[in-house]
Amino acid sequence: MTRAERIDRLHRIARERILVLDGSWGVMIQKQGLDEADYRGARFADLPGQMRGDNDILNLTRPDIVTGLHEAYFAAGADISETNTFSGTVIAQADYGLTAQDVRDINLEGARLGREAADRWTAAEPHKPRFVAGAIGPLNVMLSMSADVNDPGARKVTFDQVYAAYRDQARALHQGGVDLFLIETVTDTLNCKAAIKAILDLDEEGLEPLPIWVSGTITDRSGRTLSGQTVEAFFTSVSHARPFAAGLNCALGAELMRPHIVEMSRVADVLVAAYPNAGLPNAFGEYDERPEETAAFVGEWARAGLVNIVGGCCGTTPEHIRAISAAVEGLPPRALPERRPALRLAGLEPFELA
Amino acid sequence: MVPSDRPAANAQFVNIGERTNVTGSAKFRKLVAEGRYDEALSVARQQVEAGAQIIDVNMDEGLLDSVHAMRTFLNLIAAEPDIARVPVMIDSSKWEVIEAGLQCVQGKAIVNSISLKAGEAEFLTQARRCLRYGAAVVVMAFDEQGQAESANRKVEICARAYRLLTEQIGFPPQDIIFDPNIFAVATGIEEHANYAVDFIEATRRIKQTLPYARVSGGVSNVSFAFRGNEPVRRAIHSVFLYHAIAAGMDMGIVNAGDLPVYDDIEPELREAVEDVILNRRRADGADPTEHLVEIAPRYKGEAGQAAKTDLAWRSLPVHERLAHALVHGVTDYIEADTEEARQAVSKPLEVIEGPLMAGMDRVGDLFGAGKMFLPQVVKSARVMKQAVAYLLPFMEAEAASQERQSAGKVLMATVKGDVHDIGKNIVGVVLQCNNYEVIDLGVMVPADRILEEAERRKVDMIGLSGLITPSLDEMVFVASEMERRGFSVPLLIGGATTSRTHTAVKIEPAYRRGPTVYVLDASRAVGVVSGLLNAEQRDRIIEATRAEYRRIREQFARGREVKARTPLAAARANRFRIDWTGYAPQRPTFLGVRSFSDYDLADLVPVIDWSPFFQSWDLVGRYPDILQDDVVGEAARGLWADAQPILQRILRERRLKASGVVGFWPANAEGDDIVLYTDETRRTERARLHTLRQQIGKSEGRPNTALADFVAPVGAAPDYLGAFAVTAGHGETALAAEYRARGDDYSAIIATALADRLAEAFAERLHQRVRTELWAYAPDEDLSPEELISETYVGIRPAPGYPAQPDHTEKRTLFDLLDAEARAGMGLTESFAMTPAASVSGLYFAHPESHYFGVGKIDRDQVEDYARRKGWDLATAERWLSPILNYDPVAPPAVAAAAAA
Repeated sequence: MTRAERIDRLHRIARERILVLDGSWGVMIQKQGLDEADYRGARFADLPGQMRGDNDILNLTRPDIVTGLHEAYFAAGADISETNTFSGTVIAQADYGLTAQDVRDINLEGARLGREAADRWTAAEPHKPRFVAGAIGPLNVMLSMSADVNDPGARKVTFDQVYAAYRDQARALHQGGVDLFLIETVTDTLNCKAAIKAILDLDEEGLEPLPIWVSGTITDRSGRTLSGQTVEAFFTSVSHARPFAAGLNCALGAELMRPHIVEMSRVADVLVAAYPNAGLPNAFGEYDERPEETAAFVGEWARAGLVNIVGGCCGTTPEHIRAISAAVEGLPPRALPERRPALRLAGLEPFELA
Repeated sequence: MVPSDRPAANAQFVNIGERTNVTGSAKFRKLVAEGRYDEALSVARQQVEAGAQIIDVNMDEGLLDSVHAMRTFLNLIAAEPDIARVPVMIDSSKWEVIEAGLQCVQGKAIVNSISLKAGEAEFLTQARRCLRYGAAVVVMAFDEQGQAESANRKVEICARAYRLLTEQIGFPPQDIIFDPNIFAVATGIEEHANYAVDFIEATRRIKQTLPYARVSGGVSNVSFAFRGNEPVRRAIHSVFLYHAIAAGMDMGIVNAGDLPVYDDIEPELREAVEDVILNRRRADGADPTEHLVEIAPRYKGEAGQAAKTDLAWRSLPVHERLAHALVHGVTDYIEADTEEARQAVSKPLEVIEGPLMAGMDRVGDLFGAGKMFLPQVVKSARVMKQAVAYLLPFMEAEAASQERQSAGKVLMATVKGDVHDIGKNIVGVVLQCNNYEVIDLGVMVPADRILEEAERRKVDMIGLSGLITPSLDEMVFVASEMERRGFSVPLLIGGATTSRTHTAVKIEPAYRRGPTVYVLDASRAVGVVSGLLNAEQRDRIIEATRAEYRRIREQFARGREVKARTPLAAARANRFRIDWTGYAPQRPTFLGVRSFSDYDLADLVPVIDWSPFFQSWDLVGRYPDILQDDVVGEAARGLWADAQPILQRILRERRLKASGVVGFWPANAEGDDIVLYTDETRRTERARLHTLRQQIGKSEGRPNTALADFVAPVGAAPDYLGAFAVTAGHGETALAAEYRARGDDYSAIIATALADRLAEAFAERLHQRVRTELWAYAPDEDLSPEELISETYVGIRPAPGYPAQPDHTEKRTLFDLLDAEARAGMGLTESFAMTPAASVSGLYFAHPESHYFGVGKIDRDQVEDYARRKGWDLATAERWLSPILNYDPVAPPAVAAAAAA
């Protein structure tokens, strides 16, 4: 299949059933018990500082691990697997001292590994094609919030810098063969808007447009993103991406995420996607919600007609995805609501002129 | 189209704040030019508070670095939640300034403006970029030939722009806003006379022919000829908008909150203005402009007559002015006065320790003497906070300046499972303004976290608060954890369900290493805290408290021995008897549940019961008499006056959302349970509610009542039961946080208390509708709000956790029945406190003889029976019913039985 044909299949399948995304990468990589040498490989053997913890680098130094995880999640029933590129920007990688070329290779290679695994599974199970989402994560610097408590107007980076970093990442992911982009764990909508613009502007280089999936993070019960927006304000602020899907992930387990998914489901006239953490972390920072528990919550969302795409975030494993996949099997996807055209704006809160 | 005789002037019209515009406001221009961004921000804040739904930001001024000013100001706004909540209109004639602005807003903004002035290519390039930044656009009626003046040209340019945008680059038509140019009228130049008519006419045609597009404009231009005469300018704006809105104008850049109502304009002036706006010939043949110019000076004097307040205190010496501001809660001059005081001393800290603390001492004295009351003290604290905030930068600048010495550190928290915090917040503020450092961990705080923070921050004292009865157990748990972890700092207990007896009997024995003290109300907090931290008084107070609690425990033990209870079987035999023969229960108008989402808050205001609002501030008395009370009247009036604008703001900006759900089911009593059925066949049990029966000792003629007695028993008659859950708390946390963020705890607490009141009022209003309309068992009821509040109606709405059914866990059944989470966004904590905090739930009983009562203490026989009915083991039942047990569950049964006998 060509990429255009795959995307067409993706759109068609989304109308027929609930799609399943994969689960956490961080926890799964942690379980491998890798040491500093694994992370460095030969390529980065002499780089100063610690590399352990830079999971994205494994695309270059331990591709076998990355391929293994794609395989495990596809085997568990995931339709879509994310590339291992959550922190694949020059800004996020600056701490590890990587060059722009290194970062580009992380994304190219990350996309290629995902592509190979997906194509293998699609060939083996043509009735259930597998897709690769190019993961674009948040940054440790925010455009809407000051890093300096004494100077609320201060910013560590400019929009142009964030935009350029995301554009490099998006270009490499595109060239490496992803089927869609997933801007995820959005904590600051302005960073996300820089990523959206970076992706949209790739057409200036002659790259075909790919579907965009935007996934925000509601950090607590207040129902707001870290940068202060409500769910509806967030959706309004990213709707110019004409997203393939919009939703929420991370920070909360399924139980606490539900009201916010209800809200997203109410306002979004696109596919709604949700992939919660495996509950809240316990006192040791570990996630101990069992697969059947997570799946029970997610299954209930599906029965309530709230979601089109589900999956797992921090702490979820292939077992969780297997259980989630079984829980939504055969259930109809959420029907997209008609949204009357209206002037919709947003600050931290939504504004609508009916 | 809106009928032209009475346009709904503000129904849908969007006010765009114009004051953060350097071309329109000399004051704002000066602030920006001088880099006084803090004050520039307060201009933005005032506009949002005055009702601007969008704020226009314009930095186009020759001497400014506009790109830098736009970026700086928008980045600063991003840090102010009370401003950033509304969208921004990025206003500039320079694309680079617009783009700088677009790079600073996370929300979806409006770009003002782009146009065909430099041709199609540039227009489309800019529009495409707006689309990729995610913004709506204002398109000026301006093309290669120039700005459109006639209605025809305006419409022609807008139609061309619309086609280009929607057809060539897929711009969403609903995101296009046209500005067909508002020009000045009454300039004396003949060609200008029809400008307002042209705008209005163009607006009408744009709205008719270009689907989903909107029309906006800068209103103040129209009156430019009358600059210097503000009353006439405002009248012109008002009349212009009256007609433009009727023609379809959707939004405008106006000074929100500064326009006279069309009908309130003096008729002669209004007519003269109308002639100018509509370019009408006057009946007397005079030129409309000349006529308006002639009469305008007569109206000039009305400007700037602000309400006069007594400012005599302004002439006092600065330390007296500071004291006055603190005692009267006046923030208007606090920064200037603080600055003056600062210049008079060598270190900024001396201002705090000198005149400010002296002023607060005066507040403390007046409070102690009963001449000031809590709301006034909290207002004083707000003034203090602003003064300290002003001094902070100076103190930080002084490298050598030592830490400000606080009188002590107090950690406060509402315990796990509980969400109520009004009282705790008041105590926090009162302590703070008495120079204690308060670490407030908020609500639903687990014991672990309380104790970790207490250790880490090395606090001098821990204060626990709670409103619902299960919190009592949690407090005992915190106390036992303090004991286990080796704490010895004082433990303070407060909150609505806490009591001296409970503290003495249950909490103090769990914590022996340090003192435990019950604090009756917020006004006692300072006395208790200062006493416990005073080296000389401390030991004496601790000793006296321990002795007192020992006495209370002994009394309690004695009291328990003599309180004989009626055995459950006998109590049931003596139940409250209703004669069901001949009673035909009314069938509700529907069975199952019905949601009431986004209920109109304005409908709730008339039924608010204000008395508890005052009570939450320790002002005791019935509303409205309390406002005239000799002692607390002045404080009550002040609180009342401060609450009204906040209530109005809640209504106007819809800051709180009221949602609720009501349900009815066929029901019959079975023993002490009430069985709800899925349908009228009454065969399938939908749910079972459990009730508790009074076991008070028998006295002549007094029945032992349970709520089940108010429902017809199985077989007697086809009866029904209702239930409800309502909240007015959606948005409350954010609103309070917004006030708190700007140092205004006073308004934050008022907002929280108002949410509570609205929730109660919602419950009251729905109960009324249940009686007259939904269940309709009293269709002819006609009660005044006062009668509603005094509950002189038929039927009751008791809530689980209250005296008639003290078991909070019944709320779970209630919430499941009502699907309250999905339908009203309400939840229950592990202690069965409702979230949001401003929520009410309960059951509806319709029988005319149903009434409120208290279950009182119950004995082990009923606890065992209740546990069996609920499917609990005895220990679980004893835990949830612990506040009403008539025996000590840890004592061996034989002893308890003997005590009960």
